[in-house]
Amino acid sequence: MKKYLKFLPLLALGFVSCEPELDNPIDEAGFYTNGEADFTNYVALGNSLTAGYADDALYITGQENSYPNIMAQQFSLVQETGAFTQPLMADNAGGLLMGGTQITDNRYVLAVGASGPSPKRYAGMAPTTDITNHLSGPFNNMGVPGAKSFYLLAPGYGDLAGVAVGTANPYFARFASSPQATILDDAVAQNPTFFSLQAGDNDVMNYATTGGIGVDQTGNTDVADYGYHDITDPQVFKSTYSNIVSRMVSTGAGGVLMSVPDVTTIPYFTTIPNNALVLDAEKAAGLTGFFQAVAGIFTQKAMMGGASMEQAQELAAQYALTFNEGPNRFLIDVQATLTNPLGFRQMTQQELLVLTIDQQALAQGYGSVVLTPEVMEVLGILQQGGQPSAEQAGLVINAVSGIDDEDVLDNQEIQAVAVATAAYNVIIKDLAQANGLAFADVNALFAQISGGGFPYDAGTLTSQFVTGGAISLDGVHPTPRGYAALSNLIIDAVNQKYNSTVPKVNIGDYGTVTLSNEVE
Amino acid sequence: MLSTAVTYAGGYRVALQGQRALAMGHTGVAVVNSAELGFFNPAGLVLLENKINISAGVSAVFSDVVWQNEEFGQLARSESPVGTPVYLYASYKVKDWLALGLSIYTPYGSSVDWEKDWPGSHLVNNIELAAIYVQPVASIKIAKYLSVGGGPIYVSGTVNFNRNLNRTLSDIDGNRSNVTIDASGVSAWGWSAGAMITPTENFRIGLNYRSEIMIDAKDGDATFSNVPNSPLTPFENTSFKASLPLPAELTVGLSYEFLDKWLFAFDYNRTYWNVYDSLDIDFASPNVPDSQNPRNYEDSSIYRFGVQYDANEKFTLRAGYYFDESPVQAGYFAPETPRNDANGYTGGLSFNVNSNFAIDASLLYIRFKEVQASYDPYFENGQQVPFGGTYKSSAIVPGLGITYKL
Repeated sequence: MKKYLKFLPLLALGFVSCEPELDNPIDEAGFYTNGEADFTNYVALGNSLTAGYADDALYITGQENSYPNIMAQQFSLVQETGAFTQPLMADNAGGLLMGGTQITDNRYVLAVGASGPSPKRYAGMAPTTDITNHLSGPFNNMGVPGAKSFYLLAPGYGDLAGVAVGTANPYFARFASSPQATILDDAVAQNPTFFSLQAGDNDVMNYATTGGIGVDQTGNTDVADYGYHDITDPQVFKSTYSNIVSRMVSTGAGGVLMSVPDVTTIPYFTTIPNNALVLDAEKAAGLTGFFQAVAGIFTQKAMMGGASMEQAQELAAQYALTFNEGPNRFLIDVQATLTNPLGFRQMTQQELLVLTIDQQALAQGYGSVVLTPEVMEVLGILQQGGQPSAEQAGLVINAVSGIDDEDVLDNQEIQAVAVATAAYNVIIKDLAQANGLAFADVNALFAQISGGGFPYDAGTLTSQFVTGGAISLDGVHPTPRGYAALSNLIIDAVNQKYNSTVPKVNIGDYGTVTLSNEVE
Repeated sequence: MLSTAVTYAGGYRVALQGQRALAMGHTGVAVVNSAELGFFNPAGLVLLENKINISAGVSAVFSDVVWQNEEFGQLARSESPVGTPVYLYASYKVKDWLALGLSIYTPYGSSVDWEKDWPGSHLVNNIELAAIYVQPVASIKIAKYLSVGGGPIYVSGTVNFNRNLNRTLSDIDGNRSNVTIDASGVSAWGWSAGAMITPTENFRIGLNYRSEIMIDAKDGDATFSNVPNSPLTPFENTSFKASLPLPAELTVGLSYEFLDKWLFAFDYNRTYWNVYDSLDIDFASPNVPDSQNPRNYEDSSIYRFGVQYDANEKFTLRAGYYFDESPVQAGYFAPETPRNDANGYTGGLSFNVNSNFAIDASLLYIRFKEVQASYDPYFENGQQVPFGGTYKSSAIVPGLGITYKL
């Protein structure tokens, strides 16, 4: 009996290795093809979108869901590729430290408070990513949050010593190969076989998200004059961008260029409606009466200043605003001019408010009128046909509380953003064509998401703040699901250009906003 | 635990209830051969020649599944542990017309371990299901040509199941939120009864019916892990109620001895899977939404064929084949029991050590066709989100047993 039993373990061994095999397994060489592209060493260049920035911070899970990381995983299905490395943060809290002092905020999470769910800064753990802990690269993901196009060529942009004085970027300082290295140098030094380039967003976005407090530098090619919140001159953008492209293709690398989205369609600008001044009939009548008083006071003042009655009434007419029951547009402060001496006006339909505006202040009269008891007293005098003193009249005028420039993107600013974005996108598309590179129209994707929405297997991705699924809690950067949609767009562009068959990802497998009540 | 069975047949039925029968395609409702009749048809026990008959054995189940989705480049393999279902049958002939016995066997079970957080993890990460049947049996010869048998069945069941709460929910560090439900020692009762007709010396007809047994877990533990700290996800550890049917099975068959040394057997099984309509988990906590998981199984059939050849005094050789129809319907292919129609090929032998004692060996190889299948009734935000792809399963089951008669 024993002589038979001894063979049994051998028999069993044979069965262990008996795994089911598919007829056409996807992990077998040749199932997918890289076509004419070589994804062996993929390097991603760009700013916060490339880094995987979301919820107003960079953190590990965001980086894991960055579009370059998602794409690199898909690239590895079609050919043998090297590891895709990223300068990972130390935690999922997101804030940066410099020498132990926190210099950027923690990420947002969706917290539930007394008034329902809203984004709050995460406080469940202390941030631990200190930028003085230098990471030794190189890193395939060279995305640097905050970088404008020309910063990719700027020596010293990764110099730790320059962070405190604002000449260097804390994210790049973590992993720049040397204090004087440029982002582009560090990318080229990796001898990429394939690259993606996403640049230009911050060249216009920083202007937009701060309500256009910066300067539209179109026509000025001297970058030394530029402030952080300025719009980059398209000629500067063109020379910068073509410089980057030519350096990247110089090693024979293939690649994909990405257009710049129209930032005015993101939730950062579309969440707070410009007509959120909701009034009942009584309040509307009161406010209308208030502005009749303003117009009256202005007329008197103007006539005392020497204007004819006709002139005074004509100018004053613009201040006799009418308010109706229901939603009304807010007032904004504008430059006081001869034609608008009081320096405020009601918003027009297209104008946009930023997400970061103080909503509590809006509820208390910011964007309309701050009615103090003293002002009410003066209005009472006027109502009874009395004549307020000059000081009292001034109280009424000063009660008008227009929204500040930094909280609003007015028509002129929207126009400046649109013109620059369009100019950049023509340049990017032309350079893609001229260099035989793929072109991913990120702008079109954002337009779809903010328009009809982007369909996926469990619904539609929209740019509705918090609930739309595409954009994270900072109102600007995508969620993992949004980044997955972006990855699919780029993969499509690459496949089309290089005759590759890189599989897309199932964007329904990627999450949206992160929930936590461990907040400040 | 006595056994960990691995799914390899339709649904979670694990047909490995005797090495001699298994080697013949798991036929046996009309085969009078050994105490394995204690499972296949207790009516036949009284027809065994010897006074005391004992059969015991164990199988080693090597069963795996591979899944892929070509569109998204996803591939996953189950890493199922080796299952070792066992059986023990004993019978004693009290009188010429009466035999009594005890049967212990594990006809239902499942064990599938997918890679944690695989693309189908919102349906299952891993499952382990085991049920042990303990059955006293009586076998009575009523007439020259007819005997009957049967007895009550006591079942003790265990279930452990883990899945992610949905496709994306995770805690702040990206760890996927999941739930484990666990219930053990869940007992239930059922019965089986059979009849055997022997019209001529070398021809028998058998019939056996085993009742449906409902495993009602009433106080299992549901444990939630990696749930975000948020009032929007109020999942808390709680108890649960759930019912899992072990369906009834009807078997009819025949055996025919010919050319002195040969035996042919045929069994037809009908498994009443229709009862498995939905796996509904009722969580005790009002904060935790109950979970409804439609299964929509249908009754299914298995056709079994076997032959036996008495080579010499020492060796008896066996071979068999069966076709196993899956109870799983299109659109309900859940990766917890990812089974399509199967062809089973069996072989084996008995080595007669002496006139009382034999060693039985069997080998089962199950061939599954590659199948494109999906599980459709999964909903996200009210929208149906099917989970599917290409599945292929394989199973190899070597088994070893002993037969003792006195």
